[in-house]
Amino acid sequence: MTAGSQSRPVYELSGVAKSYARGNLRALDRVDLTLREGSFSSVIGPSGCGKSTLLKVMAGLIPPSEGGVYLEGTPVTGTREDIGMMFQQATLFPWRTVLENIVLPIEIRDGKAAARAKHRDALALLELVGLKGFEGRWPHELSGGMAQRAAICRMLVTEPAVLLLDEPFSALDELSRDFMNMELQRICMERNATAFLITHSIPEAVILSDTVYVMSPRPGTFVETVEIDLPRPRTLDMMTDAKFGDYVRRIRARLDKGAFL
Amino acid sequence: MTIATDPQARRPDTVWTEHVTFIDRIPRSIAMAGIMIAFLAVWQLVHISGLVSPIILPGPWETGEDIVFVAKNLASGGYMLGALWITVKEVIYGFAIALAIGFTLGVLVGEFTFGERAVLPYLVAIDTMPKVAFAPIFLAWLGFGISSKVALAAFIATFPIVVGTAAGLHAADENARALFRTMGASRWQTLFKMKLPLGMPQMFTGLKIAAVGVMAGAITGEFLGGGKGFGELIRVAASQLNTPRVFSLIIFLSLLGLALFWTVVWLERRLVFWQRSGAGKFG
Repeated sequence: MTAGSQSRPVYELSGVAKSYARGNLRALDRVDLTLREGSFSSVIGPSGCGKSTLLKVMAGLIPPSEGGVYLEGTPVTGTREDIGMMFQQATLFPWRTVLENIVLPIEIRDGKAAARAKHRDALALLELVGLKGFEGRWPHELSGGMAQRAAICRMLVTEPAVLLLDEPFSALDELSRDFMNMELQRICMERNATAFLITHSIPEAVILSDTVYVMSPRPGTFVETVEIDLPRPRTLDMMTDAKFGDYVRRIRARLDKGAFL
Repeated sequence: MTIATDPQARRPDTVWTEHVTFIDRIPRSIAMAGIMIAFLAVWQLVHISGLVSPIILPGPWETGEDIVFVAKNLASGGYMLGALWITVKEVIYGFAIALAIGFTLGVLVGEFTFGERAVLPYLVAIDTMPKVAFAPIFLAWLGFGISSKVALAAFIATFPIVVGTAAGLHAADENARALFRTMGASRWQTLFKMKLPLGMPQMFTGLKIAAVGVMAGAITGEFLGGGKGFGELIRVAASQLNTPRVFSLIIFLSLLGLALFWTVVWLERRLVFWQRSGAGKFG
């Protein structure tokens, strides 16, 4: 996670735009973005600024109207197994145990036997996220934070090249959320993961990211890029640092200016 | 304000109890028995007051005696057991056919845009028709045997299953769909590993409505078309003004209906084990 600008670019968007024919709505306009290996980037903006559209285009769930999306040098034209995704809801399936949920992507891709062969890896992932011993539990027995930990495992089990995180902890209470963010940092650092987070919490974006992109709506585009120069690993105590406060103020000022018109 | 430092001078406890009305404290079994006794008492009162002719409304005692008579006949393998067996067969066949057709149509309508566009409007149109009115047609097509009753029972029970299945297939939220797409799941994988299991609560709601409808269909069919089932026994008893017999036959029919209903609820609890509220108010 020593996101030097020297490290290898993993994900590249150039001039990506998305228009919806109906109503001439331009949801995204000329977004350029490079995610480097092991870096953590966030996009922050108000509701309806096109963050989710951007993430869907990146995930290959919807096609862009213009521009190019490249992952590991190959164009993204549909969903891919080297993209891991996480949502606000854990979306664990209640008829599967925690372990069966985690190996579900493998089962879908390579069948049940391959999924069984992955059990050992899945158990290691459970240990990584602090859910050791929970493999046989049912999702309804887990708390919100535990369910999201399991969702992290499911995202990581295919060893994706990039992690797309759509407000993964925003349904949790504030205390769990801070804690889970630190856990996410630890997990990303251990796996040298390339992560891209959507959020509308400025402190969350600053504490987690190497780069924060500020997005403004109509059309959705990046209006500022803020490099966060705080040492890793970040701690919650840093949130009281003057430097942290400066970043938060800078981003908030940029959001106030254009975002809520 | 002074703060008491002496532990002896601790303030008195303020333990208090929430008030619960007397009527809400009655346990279920006693409350249910009470309602039953009150019902029987009112019935008996109306009976002995002579307001209603005993031919139209027999007393609870006579009805009770007849229930015992019917129970004995059933237990000893008398002609009523044969009639009950015919109705049971109609109900089971009707339910099985409704399940097969309803599930298939439900998937067609719920999963495929074509089905939703082209088939659903016709299903809705047929569903709004009074389905019992089709009984004479089934009779004309299939004759006076068991099959015309099975057909009517299945016809009535199919629609709730279609609706339940289609609604269940729409239950999957945006995230679950996006997740399966990012995992590269095929349409069938998405259907069988995600949409159908997620839709089971709605499907079971349809099944429970169908379980009630299939009984109504079978009995209506028997009323109209002779046959030798329980509905025929009711029809004959009614034509002989044997009202206690009608009541006791209805009681045994409702036991059959309950058995079917509870089989569905039992299955639901086994399959949708993660959702304890699945049986709803019946749980």
